[in-house]
Amino acid sequence: MKLETLAQVNVERAARRPVIVVTDTANGEQRLVKAADIATDPLRSDLAKQLRMGKSGMIEAAGKKLFLNVYAPTAKLVIVGAVHISQALAPLARSLDYDVTVVDPRTAFASPERFPDVPLIAEWPDVALPPLNIDHYTAFVALTHDPKIDDPALLHAFERDCFYIGALGSRKTHAKRGERLTAQGAKDSDIARIHAPIGLPIGAVSPSEIAVAIMAEITAQLRLPKEAAA
Amino acid sequence: MLNRDEDILKAAEDWQKAGHGVALATVVETWGSAPRPAGSSLVINDDGTFLGSVSGGCVEGAVVTEALDVIASGKPRMLEFGVADETAWNVGLSCGGTIRVFVEKVG
Repeated sequence: MKLETLAQVNVERAARRPVIVVTDTANGEQRLVKAADIATDPLRSDLAKQLRMGKSGMIEAAGKKLFLNVYAPTAKLVIVGAVHISQALAPLARSLDYDVTVVDPRTAFASPERFPDVPLIAEWPDVALPPLNIDHYTAFVALTHDPKIDDPALLHAFERDCFYIGALGSRKTHAKRGERLTAQGAKDSDIARIHAPIGLPIGAVSPSEIAVAIMAEITAQLRLPKEAAA
Repeated sequence: MLNRDEDILKAAEDWQKAGHGVALATVVETWGSAPRPAGSSLVINDDGTFLGSVSGGCVEGAVVTEALDVIASGKPRMLEFGVADETAWNVGLSCGGTIRVFVEKVG
């Protein structure tokens, strides 16, 4: 690998932008494809598929055996609300390799006893969220049921192009939330991005089951082609 | 995962810039129950220091030896290992896996 290629990979990774290195394993010839350039690349369908799956692998193209080395940023999960569901959600998400952070200004909820081994920020969203550098490779869930906490958090998530945004609440609750957020300047397209009621409809009842439903929905959003993900 | 791999590639860049000969070994294909997936990498410099892993410990020694040759020759090569043949993984762990590792010089 040329030093310039390696340096570019490091720059892209530090910026949490995905990059793929294509290597002809017969002769070591290499090129780097940035995420923004995939759509116009001759190998676009293979590149897009490998990136979506977050998987490196060999392909054959034009009689060549090519290795596609995918460097995708680690997905983050930001959970707003240190509630009962979050206690089940945080360890589940960690087992799925997400970098998990829990935010809740209510210190009685955001206690290390309730959330061992999870980064916990007992601050309001306007203080807690900006330093987290929330980006496209972030799933964002608002679970407090308290508009004072959930609403500003969701407004922040809209600005950051998160690949998944979900919020706890019934259809009725969600309709009211939509009205409040619109009044605060959110666009209809922002409101439409919120998955609510949150999680795949699997009849989840207990906090752990709801956590499974949420992670299943996030996984579908991350891995399925865009048109197939609900 | 990201942090660890990132550190490996950063080390490769830093070593090369510091004047070391450096090679990068990357798992490109796996069959059966291989211990580490395609894309896992090991970076080696010319004094034999290495970071990362391609198998979780069983074939790293051989990869380092080959990598020193690659640093000297500048020519990439493909290595293939049957993981189970190599050493003492407990029964039930990683048995029967095969991995192919691409070794290339950096610079």
